[in-house]
Amino acid sequence: MSRLEVRDLTVGYEGGPVLHAVDVEVPHGELLAIVGPSGCGKTTLLRTIAGLLRAQSGEIRIGHRMVTTHGIHLAPEKRRIGWVPQDAALFPHLTVAENVAFGMLAGRGSSRAARRAAKSDEVRRLLDLVDLGPLANRAPGQLSGGQAQRVALARALAAGPELVLLDEPFGALDPMLRADLRASVRELLRAEGVTGILVTHDQAEALSIADHVAVLRGGEVLQLGTPEEVYQVPATPWVAGFVGDAVFLPGVLHGDEVATSIGRLRAVPVTDAAGLAPADGDDVTVLIRPEELRVRPAGSGAAAEAAPDGAAARAACAALEGIVTDVEYTGHDAMLAVSLADGMRLRARVTASGLVPRGTAVRLAVAGAVLAYRPEPA
Amino acid sequence: MTAQVATPSPRRPWGLIAASLVAVALAAIPVVHLVVRVVSADPAELAAVFERPRIPMLVGNSVLLATSVTATAVALGVPSAFLLARTRLRWRGLWAVLAALPLAMPSYLAAYGWLAWQPSMKGFWAAWLVLSFVSVPYVTLPVAAALRIGGTGLDDVARTLGRGPLGSFMLGTWPQIRPAVLAGGLLVALYTLSDFGGVALFRFPVLTTAIQQAYSASFSRDEAAVLAVLLVTLALLVVVGEQFARGRAARRIQAAPTAGRRRMTPLGRWAVPGTALLALVPAVAVVVPVAVLVSRVLTAETLREFDPANLASAIGNTVLLSAGGAVVAVALALPIGVLAARHRGRIVRAVESTGYLALGLPGIVVGLSLVFFSLSVVPALYQTALVLAFGYGVLFMPKAIGSIRAATGQVPTSLEDVSRTLGNSRARTWLTVTARLARPGIFAAAMLAAVSAMKELPATLMLRPTGTDTLAVELWQRTDVSAYGAAAPYAVALLLVAAVPAFLLSDARAGREATREAIAPDTRAGREANREVIA
Repeated sequence: MSRLEVRDLTVGYEGGPVLHAVDVEVPHGELLAIVGPSGCGKTTLLRTIAGLLRAQSGEIRIGHRMVTTHGIHLAPEKRRIGWVPQDAALFPHLTVAENVAFGMLAGRGSSRAARRAAKSDEVRRLLDLVDLGPLANRAPGQLSGGQAQRVALARALAAGPELVLLDEPFGALDPMLRADLRASVRELLRAEGVTGILVTHDQAEALSIADHVAVLRGGEVLQLGTPEEVYQVPATPWVAGFVGDAVFLPGVLHGDEVATSIGRLRAVPVTDAAGLAPADGDDVTVLIRPEELRVRPAGSGAAAEAAPDGAAARAACAALEGIVTDVEYTGHDAMLAVSLADGMRLRARVTASGLVPRGTAVRLAVAGAVLAYRPEPA
Repeated sequence: MTAQVATPSPRRPWGLIAASLVAVALAAIPVVHLVVRVVSADPAELAAVFERPRIPMLVGNSVLLATSVTATAVALGVPSAFLLARTRLRWRGLWAVLAALPLAMPSYLAAYGWLAWQPSMKGFWAAWLVLSFVSVPYVTLPVAAALRIGGTGLDDVARTLGRGPLGSFMLGTWPQIRPAVLAGGLLVALYTLSDFGGVALFRFPVLTTAIQQAYSASFSRDEAAVLAVLLVTLALLVVVGEQFARGRAARRIQAAPTAGRRRMTPLGRWAVPGTALLALVPAVAVVVPVAVLVSRVLTAETLREFDPANLASAIGNTVLLSAGGAVVAVALALPIGVLAARHRGRIVRAVESTGYLALGLPGIVVGLSLVFFSLSVVPALYQTALVLAFGYGVLFMPKAIGSIRAATGQVPTSLEDVSRTLGNSRARTWLTVTARLARPGIFAAAMLAAVSAMKELPATLMLRPTGTDTLAVELWQRTDVSAYGAAAPYAVALLLVAAVPAFLLSDARAGREATREAIAPDTRAGREANREVIA
């Protein structure tokens, strides 16, 4: 049974609704990442689940308890949730240990009670869990951003919550710390068996850390699925572009193939939210991930011969000549901009071994099947 | 990373709004009562009052003094602020303390010091000199704070685009400090309009002194009421004028993230005149009067007349009454300050600006209106300590609102969110987190009100319980008959007693800064803004 269930949730400020009929579900002990651009309503969704905002309609169930339903709004202090905000929000007048202890006081929070409880074994266990045992008596002002976030997480866990809500907890950290902390947060939540929801505007973070990803845009959930589903079969071209690099081409669907300016490609039609799939002869938008484009120097023989997945013969449905006009080198791989003879520019991702200099004439091939979408209304 | 904006709570905080409305109403009742009394008076009597030739002269004198003092304070304060904030000045810390020092000086004390030295001083020029120099910090402090928050980036751009130094200052820096200059000028104008002691000592007839005279001559209380309404009207005109002058530009500047590089100007050959300017203000406002005072205390004549028992009881009365006033001021200001810090909307704005309107209420008007109000509505309370403490509360509530608002606003709402989700109710969260962290600011608000109450003269003169004399009153009674020697011990005692909350205030401020640095170590701008609020 799922730990969190959000049904048909609508939330609005005075200016109009911010969330429209949102449905979200998280199984017990798993982590959901909510991603979307600024202003898409992801923080509003999180704050509504926490009870810090009121819903206009819809239901929220945490475990067996209905916390929001028509006319009923359970106060945030009664929802048994853990809250980790972006700024960590450690109480500046309490030490690290006292901050964690404050979380265990269950509604009887006070500085004095926190000071007493700070010496308990449970606080020590939680601090060790986040690797901050030696800093128990530090003031929050003396911590780095990453340490502060870990204290905030320990404090949230101290209350024994059914659900931990993390609002862009890594947003203020530098990239190196981010990756580290990300991994340790996931490990911690798994170890404690706590269900979690993470809000982030960083799609790479969402894909790497979460068991499920919800993509939000304009207050609506466009897709809810595992990271693989969301990346490999995005519900719409917009989702495809948001969660990763994407090349879009116009085309016309013919059976299990699509005719495009770069030739006929094997295609899988995608059914949209309204249940409509593109039909034979329809105009479609074709999605190709840059890593699905194979790049070989022109004249090096059949483009498909070295395709690493061993599906060489199937992969090469189309082959094209072009010139590399730009190289974005990132170390582990590189993004090539390739200008085709007809002026079209495509982006292709190659590994370091496949790197070619600017100006090289190359031959492109598409590996595997592409996705075909009904064109989004303008 | 996006800036965390405090999201307005979608639910209207009706309890807080109700409490704020009660506070605003309590503060407004006496003055409303006064205005109603004047408006509903017999038209013939009113006409008789207005026919007296003194009235145009009094209004003219009040306006003349307020404008000349404001102009002088701005002319001295803006360059002082620039010297303090934007130049490579030696001993900057010392000069900054000296620049704030005149704030501690009640005008009548400064006037008394000067008169004790130069008994022939009187009239407009004497009042202008003392009031101008005493009120310079009202301009210097906010402008210096604005200069420290703002940057010189725009000036630099203007220079590269071909403007001269003055032209680029007007283009880049002036818009940044204009709201602070206006706000400082507003405070000076209100201070001058409502000043009673200093002007009275120099025998320059203005509205405040005329109100006191009319009130003392108990047969012409209607005239006192009319004059008081005139004075309130003048003060409100100043407040509205400042709002108008500030316009939308202020908001635009405040919204723009102006923090950036600040270029410090080397003083060069301006070092001597600059230092002289910074020295002149505290010298005229503080050093000369205090030096005269101290020398008077030590003369044989003073020591012979000295009555320690009377001094002790005056000190006790001063402390008790000002403490009562501080409690009332904080109680009235607390709901308004919290509301203004945490919520937005038309109702909230209206409540807050009504609270600040009391800034324009001269002490003598509050005193007079409370006399009328208590006599006609609750005669049992007339001339009790309760009414005086309430008067102090009404007078100094705006100062407390600013401090409480700033302190509450600094507590991040995310701390409250965390406390709520950890199982603490709204009320408990407010007590254990918000109020706990805002405590230094609330304490500062009380101290600020207490210092102001200790120095307050005209309302105290009217409202004090018979036989209960504070230090300010004792001092006043002796200066009035030119018994300078006998007044000196009370003057020194007043300075010392008022220094205690001032000292605690700087301590509280230090504590608050420590708190804020724990929350956000790099909000230098916030710190400066806060200093301005305290000032």
